[in-house]
Amino acid sequence: MSENSLAIRKFSDLANPTRFLALADRVLPWLAALTVLFFAAGLWLSFTTEGDYQQGETVRIMYVHVPSAWLSMMCYTVMAISALGTLVWRHPLADVSAKAAAPIGASFTFLALVTGSLWGKPMWGTWWVWDARLTSVFVLFLMYLGLMALNRAMEDPARSARVSAVLVLVGFVNIPIIKFSVEWWNTLHQPASVMRLGGPTIDPEFLWPLMIMAIAFTLLFFTLHIAAMRNEIWRRRVTSLRRQVARNAGRESLAP
Amino acid sequence: MRLLVEGLSARRGEDLIFNDISFSLAAGEALVVTGPNGSGKSTLLRVLAGLLQAETGKISLKDGPPGFEHPHELSHYLGHRNAMKRELTVEENLSFWRRFLGNSPGGSGIDLAAAAEAVGLAGITHLPFGYLSAGQQRRMAMAKLLVAYRPIWILDEPTAALDAGADRLFAGLVTSHLERGGIVIAATHQSLGIGQSKTLQMTGFSH
Amino acid sequence: MSLFFRDLKLSVRAGGGAMIGVLFFMTVVSVIPFGVGPDLNLLARIGPAILWIGALLASLLGLDRLFQAEREDGSLDLMLMQETPLILTVFVKCAAHWSASGLPLVVASPFLGLFMNMDELAIGATMLTLLAGTPAITFIGAVGAAVAVALPRGGLLVSILVLPLAIPVLIFGVSAVYAAVEDPAPFLPPLMILMAITLFFAVIGPLAAAAALRHSAD
Repeated sequence: MSENSLAIRKFSDLANPTRFLALADRVLPWLAALTVLFFAAGLWLSFTTEGDYQQGETVRIMYVHVPSAWLSMMCYTVMAISALGTLVWRHPLADVSAKAAAPIGASFTFLALVTGSLWGKPMWGTWWVWDARLTSVFVLFLMYLGLMALNRAMEDPARSARVSAVLVLVGFVNIPIIKFSVEWWNTLHQPASVMRLGGPTIDPEFLWPLMIMAIAFTLLFFTLHIAAMRNEIWRRRVTSLRRQVARNAGRESLAP
Repeated sequence: MRLLVEGLSARRGEDLIFNDISFSLAAGEALVVTGPNGSGKSTLLRVLAGLLQAETGKISLKDGPPGFEHPHELSHYLGHRNAMKRELTVEENLSFWRRFLGNSPGGSGIDLAAAAEAVGLAGITHLPFGYLSAGQQRRMAMAKLLVAYRPIWILDEPTAALDAGADRLFAGLVTSHLERGGIVIAATHQSLGIGQSKTLQMTGFSH
Repeated sequence: MSLFFRDLKLSVRAGGGAMIGVLFFMTVVSVIPFGVGPDLNLLARIGPAILWIGALLASLLGLDRLFQAEREDGSLDLMLMQETPLILTVFVKCAAHWSASGLPLVVASPFLGLFMNMDELAIGATMLTLLAGTPAITFIGAVGAAVAVALPRGGLLVSILVLPLAIPVLIFGVSAVYAAVEDPAPFLPPLMILMAITLFFAVIGPLAAAAALRHSAD
């Protein structure tokens, strides 16, 4: 049984990623082009619209801050789904996807934190407050870093995938906390103004650039994610080739 | 050059492991230490390598290069463990030891590629050490003996985990080291296949 | 010198050992506000002390592996045999360990200072004192690591052995920061004492660690 199932698993391991690689090669240029297009439009819009009468020019930070904050949560959701994929369906690409998403998610979270504190300094008079929304996003950032460290610490990708998948799912409880923290606790951070029941409460003048930037960021995420997955697959292939070389080496030279 | 060992004894805790061992080895001579498990082969080698204190007795070097008080400064020690890092590539491991150990006077080590060639593993020095099989790791640990020159080799079970082919290869390395005027002290169960050598039979103590 | 680079490479490659220290530092520091409450003035006041304690704990983290890893794969035997004085070898290993795990803590401390709502002066002073003081922790830690090298569960023991010895470093580090923030107290004397402690342990630490390693061989 073991021989047979091992062979089949190896085969499907290889077949699926190969198709993915072919697909990625075709999709990536289009995605990248689309991302650039949306970014150009979004940036142009965000710099040409008028500043807020209260916040002045700093409101433009929001066009980066809000999408990256959304993305930081979406990325974790993608990881959680991938983790389910690893644990439940044992899909060979799932753990590649989860592993590739972690650094991207960490970057978006970092961006959200940095832009947020850049905005907070003139607006709130401090770089940082320990408010529920900010703290929970910071915890999310730490979780991303922890997952990355865990992924690096284990040599065998198959084993580390399952362990970190468990951790990803446990960590998922943080996402609703982040999302609703502004409503559950009365905090300094303003409540959601776009994604809410009863329509957005934001002026259309700001909504348009924000939406376009959000689409641009989402496209950026998918471009980076697919590219990172491709790299991860290649990295694994290189590793297994290198192990193969090590196994073969010395056999010929010692044969009398 | 001549390695002199007189009246050596060692204990571990309260137990005397061996007592009153004396031998002398001239350049180009080998000593094979044999004996059952627990007879103190490894302890003897560790005492010779300066890693354990001798209870009594003296290890000295006659007509050696000046400036060396202890023979272990002129020795390679290949213990049970390979002293290589799994995370680093073979090349990084070897070049580290090459620079860290340096050459003893009177010789110089061969370069990394040649050393890997000599143990029959040319072409995989760019791989992490952890990728190699146990036998390959052992052979790479032997390559370490070649990259930095030491006149005295102290080898503890050098051929464990090696197949027959690698055994012969290793015997060749030892022989050529002896021909160049080196001294080899090896503890082993199997014969090393190196022709002429003195033997020391360790019996151990029964209390 | 080659030992320095090898150890640096190892700590970067082996499961991100260097990164884990910083991560631990961040986590410890960010847990404090949950405990004491998000009062910004209070946080600003205790911030330097928190950063110092966090850095102290984080730099103890990887110390137990300093010699144990070498012992497990047999490298320690070869290092003990050499003509190069063992003290020098230990010193270089400490220097590499500090560069890989202490220095990142120093670099990360300003960001955590912002989280603690500390002002620029306090952040600068904390960074400076950490820079001067964390090497001392590594050197003291080397003694503990050398003593515990042959023990199976050395990790915890190293922390227990080292923490009491590291208290003077903590005292002068924190008092130097507070001296910088509060006007009347002079900043330089405690900083000088801190540097003196570091230099003192830079000599004593490797000496004691080398002696302990020699006797731990079996």
